[in-house]
Amino acid sequence: MAELGFVIAMSVMTLFWGIIGGVVPWFIPKGPNRGVIVTMLVLTAVCCYLFWLIAILAQLNPLFGPSLSTDTIWYLNYHWP
Amino acid sequence: MCSLLRGEEMCLAQLFLQSGSAYDCINELGELGLVEFRDLNPGVNAFQRKHVNEIKKCEEMERILEVKKADISLPEGDVNPVAPLPKHVMAIMEQLQRLEVELGEVTRNKEKLQRNLLELTEYTHMLRTTRNFVQRTSEVSVFISGLIQRTKIEAFERMLWRVCKGYTILSYAEVEEYLEDPDTGEPTKSVVFLISYWGDQIGQKVKKICDCYHCHLYPYPSSNEERTDVVEGLRTRIQDLHTVLHRTDDYLKQVLMKASESVYTWVIQVKKMKAIYFILNLCSFDVTNKCLIAEVWCPVNDIPTLRRALEEGSRKSGATVPSFVNRIPTNDTPPTLIRTNKFTSGFQNIVDAYGVGNYREVNPAPFTIITFPFLFAVMFGDLGHGVIMALFALWMVLYENNRKLKNTRNEIWNTFFEGRYIILMMGLFSIYTGLIYNDCFSKSLNIFGSGWSVKAMFEAKVWKDADIRGNRVLTLDPNVTGVFRGPYPLGIDPIWNLASNRLTFLNSYKMKMSVILGVIHMSFGVILSTYNYLHFRKKHSLYLVFLPELLFLLCLFGYLVFMIFYKWLVFTAKDSRLAPSILIHFINMFLMQAPTLHRLGMYRVRFDFADEFLHQAIHTIEYCLGCVSNTASYLRLWALSLAHAQLSEVLWTMVMRVGLRMDTSLGVFFLVPVFGLFAVLTVSILLVMEGLSAFLHALRLHWVEFQNKFYSGTGVKFCPFSFSLLPSSFEHDGLL
Repeated sequence: MAELGFVIAMSVMTLFWGIIGGVVPWFIPKGPNRGVIVTMLVLTAVCCYLFWLIAILAQLNPLFGPSLSTDTIWYLNYHWP
Repeated sequence: MCSLLRGEEMCLAQLFLQSGSAYDCINELGELGLVEFRDLNPGVNAFQRKHVNEIKKCEEMERILEVKKADISLPEGDVNPVAPLPKHVMAIMEQLQRLEVELGEVTRNKEKLQRNLLELTEYTHMLRTTRNFVQRTSEVSVFISGLIQRTKIEAFERMLWRVCKGYTILSYAEVEEYLEDPDTGEPTKSVVFLISYWGDQIGQKVKKICDCYHCHLYPYPSSNEERTDVVEGLRTRIQDLHTVLHRTDDYLKQVLMKASESVYTWVIQVKKMKAIYFILNLCSFDVTNKCLIAEVWCPVNDIPTLRRALEEGSRKSGATVPSFVNRIPTNDTPPTLIRTNKFTSGFQNIVDAYGVGNYREVNPAPFTIITFPFLFAVMFGDLGHGVIMALFALWMVLYENNRKLKNTRNEIWNTFFEGRYIILMMGLFSIYTGLIYNDCFSKSLNIFGSGWSVKAMFEAKVWKDADIRGNRVLTLDPNVTGVFRGPYPLGIDPIWNLASNRLTFLNSYKMKMSVILGVIHMSFGVILSTYNYLHFRKKHSLYLVFLPELLFLLCLFGYLVFMIFYKWLVFTAKDSRLAPSILIHFINMFLMQAPTLHRLGMYRVRFDFADEFLHQAIHTIEYCLGCVSNTASYLRLWALSLAHAQLSEVLWTMVMRVGLRMDTSLGVFFLVPVFGLFAVLTVSILLVMEGLSAFLHALRLHWVEFQNKFYSGTGVKFCPFSFSLLPSSFEHDGLL
């Protein structure tokens, strides 16, 4: 169950940024700005995907959990699934 | 793209201009802004140049226009008049001098009339006020009346008493309204006085004293009928004067309006003429003395346009022999030209601020378009602040053609306006990083449901109800089944916002993230240097410089990045006790290196090219130490993002929460100023101050850590001769 959530998130994001960085550049019309636009797309895809990847990998196998105050625990026990 | 990545190819060209058509050809080139002229007479000083007289005439005209500029209004649209021919210059000069004389006359007239009006007004006041004075009906006494400034009346009275000792009687009263002092133009209070005295000698003394104190004296009427007559006469004269003054004002306005239509044109025309003569001074004559030679730097792609411009100039001047252009080979390094549009010019400017690139070396600007806003956003990352910043930039971009926004004098506003596209990109990336950091005005969003479950701790009987009542803080244990259900799919889990050990987790995450981003950014910089080696045909550098640099960087810091990823993937909560510290491992690895360095030292003695090797050794040591320090420098990404998050949280807790916690009906009214304070502090501290700070640090990371891997930045910028680049003197004086 946990694995499935992770796999779905990973595939969706990889596909999304992969399309932006790898597929869309082929469809940019020829013109004086084509080079700049393609560079921008590829760099954006790489930077944003990497940033998201670091965030999710850092939380994949947590070595310790959050410390919550007892009030918060009481609230979360009843209101979060 | 070639142009933005590398800069245009430039060539040196010689222009052969017929003396008759030289002026027109240079006029054409100035309108197009194609080429940069070189000075062919560097040894000649400014006063010995050929066209020094024409330039003096132009400066004379500029002086006259300078004085007139302050009085006139500015035109509405964008006018671009052409430079006048030399034969038209005299006509313009005459017109300007005539205008100067006319304006001077009208102004002098107006002053005279105003002085007249003041005298009549004072006389009227005096007559009105002295009517109330007690009438001494002695026939012997003579009266002197007039006005004096209020500040001097006491001294005046004392002086009169001392000199005349009782042979005079002085009465005075203050005038209610302020009268304008003709010399200073300031409103002053005056006092009407009436002196009655006996005897001629006293009269002389009184008159002298009045002179001393700058009194305005007016004849005193001897009877009431005379007084009323004079008052009537004065009233009509004042009315007439008002009408005349009104008409003079109107006429002055008309003259100024007519002048203002042409003054702006004249200013630009004179500027263009002066520029053309300046360029003509840079050219030299050929042996036959009939043809002017000019040397220019020109982009290779623009040579056909240059030819056409010369033909056009020759045609306009009606010359029989056309002027032509000839490309010449040279060993000098040409200046660097990088063509930009309104979007890329901002980013090119921040690269050029560090240093203009050498001729045809790789330009970091196209990559900076994305990496700079991205690194800014890593340090700024807040969804709410990002939205505000993006909206502000979007407003500036949508209204960029509004004249009022474009042409203000405010330097700070101009800086923000010039960088509107940069700010827009920064805002958009901040929205994304704010989403990943899960930080919106210091609160987290819970879109997908948290991966941590408190209920599971109770179901597994690790926590009992008694625990909640007793303890203050309890920690979730990921080893218990069901507590940790998988990582949050988009960013940081929202539960960390509620945790007290939030910073322990975030610091570890952000430090590792900074190192990863830093190593990748620097590797990218090293790889870009290959472009330069390949273009400048330094294949040996590829094997001897690039490869060792890349190997060093990747084997040490690439290994560090690998260890970070490995630890994230392999070590789970079960092995949390065994998980090694990356930093200790890395330092140990370094310490084991020490013995091998000695062996390298022995090889040095065998090399003969001492100089070259010294240079290379310095570069190697610099690079190696630089790698370590630069990697550590990227930790500022962590530091600034932590500072931003903490400031944001403090603002929320100390300001907004105080307002929200009041649950009485008074709280509603209290919340309004609290929100106002929250908004003002958010904009001023979190957006402006933190924004500038993150901007500065992102810029530093680019200029130092990224660019010193491949960019030299010691080139010269291409400055074409163009009329549009001449600063308009209106802008210079801040009137535009």
